Amino acid sequence: MATIQVDIVSAEGEIHSGEAKMVFAPAKMGEIGIAPRHAPLLTALKPGEVRVEGIDGSDHFFYITGGMLEVQPHLVTVLADTALRGDQLDEAAALAAKDEAEKALEGVSDETDLARAHAELAEAEARYRAAQKLKGKR
Amino acid sequence: MSGEKEIRNKIRSVKNMQKITSAMEKVAASKIRKAQQQMEASRPYAQRIRRVISHLSQANPDTRHPFLIEREVRRVGIIVISTDRGLCGGLNVNLFKTVIGEIAKWRDEKVEVDLALVGAKAVQFFRRLGGNVVGTASHLGDRPQVNDLIGSIKIMLDAYSDGKIDRLFLMHNEFISAMSQKPEVTTLLPVSEISIEGEELQEHWDYIYEPEAGELLEDFLSRYIESQVYRGAVENFACEMAAKMVAMKSATDNAGEIIDKLQLVYNKARQAAITQEISEIVGGAAAVSG
Repeated sequence: MATIQVDIVSAEGEIHSGEAKMVFAPAKMGEIGIAPRHAPLLTALKPGEVRVEGIDGSDHFFYITGGMLEVQPHLVTVLADTALRGDQLDEAAALAAKDEAEKALEGVSDETDLARAHAELAEAEARYRAAQKLKGKR
Repeated sequence: MSGEKEIRNKIRSVKNMQKITSAMEKVAASKIRKAQQQMEASRPYAQRIRRVISHLSQANPDTRHPFLIEREVRRVGIIVISTDRGLCGGLNVNLFKTVIGEIAKWRDEKVEVDLALVGAKAVQFFRRLGGNVVGTASHLGDRPQVNDLIGSIKIMLDAYSDGKIDRLFLMHNEFISAMSQKPEVTTLLPVSEISIEGEELQEHWDYIYEPEAGELLEDFLSRYIESQVYRGAVENFACEMAAKMVAMKSATDNAGEIIDKLQLVYNKARQAAITQEISEIVGGAAAVSG
């Protein structure tokens, strides 16, 4: 069976490297699934989770706060902006961050503040969803 | 000759200083290891992003991104990475000398230089010296983060996109070993073509770009540059700790020498005082019995 090499890295360290059957990633234009022999693709990623289906059938989840994705027929490279292992996710902290971002959204006039707050909100939501999913699995 | 008590006080204060410098030496030594690990950890990202860029240069996009195109130089930008704190020997001074040399070289060719400074020491230095500083970042702490650097990098990248600068350099200290560091200049922009050997891709292909290619390449190349600057900051931090360790070791040794010398002076002074006392007593006794 065909497999695809997956490398997930962030500027602060390597996160995952190995063969996989399939990879799912939150691309900017919508979630995408990548199977072996996918056409070359370059895309931006938004905050969310990357799921790697390992060759032994196990799933690996990685939360990323955004980044870039490159696909070559036998190679997927995820360049994450900041990525933490899924099991390190702290649900409470994610909720607090979301609250904070929502509070910041109220009564801000400055446009850059607003844009930043929107980005933070999206990130916090994605973090929370990922944490929920992980919790369900356990 | 100064009094015994004064010398004793001096010895005590030098001993206190020695305690501090030797503690700083030990702290620096333990931080070097962490900094080296951080350098190691940043390597995979740098390798992967280089690989993608090499793929990119083999693709056949309709447009070439300005970051990849060499153009005539009228103005250049330099990102200087220094330390936040002093007490690290000649590390910063050597770097600044190289920076000034570089600036002078460009001025000879009638090319102006814009500076973006990372680290409090560079900010202090160029505030006194002057120079066209367009952005600064300081207080990165023990673990520099990409986040802290993005601002200054963005200023330079925007300047490049707007045609205000035609070339961008990075200057920082290179970590050769714990004993040796040297200033290094790297060209960040235009991004030179990278080819990785032993990797062949089919001919005449192009990526599917999502969203549109120009924007994506910009994001992508910015990240490449950010990762290089980040690596520079981490490497410079390792250099700072190495230089600090060496500087503090020699300070500790010097303090030891001074203590030895002072001890000698102290002993002589004490001996002189005792001799004087004895001769006074003997003199007094002779006067009484005589």
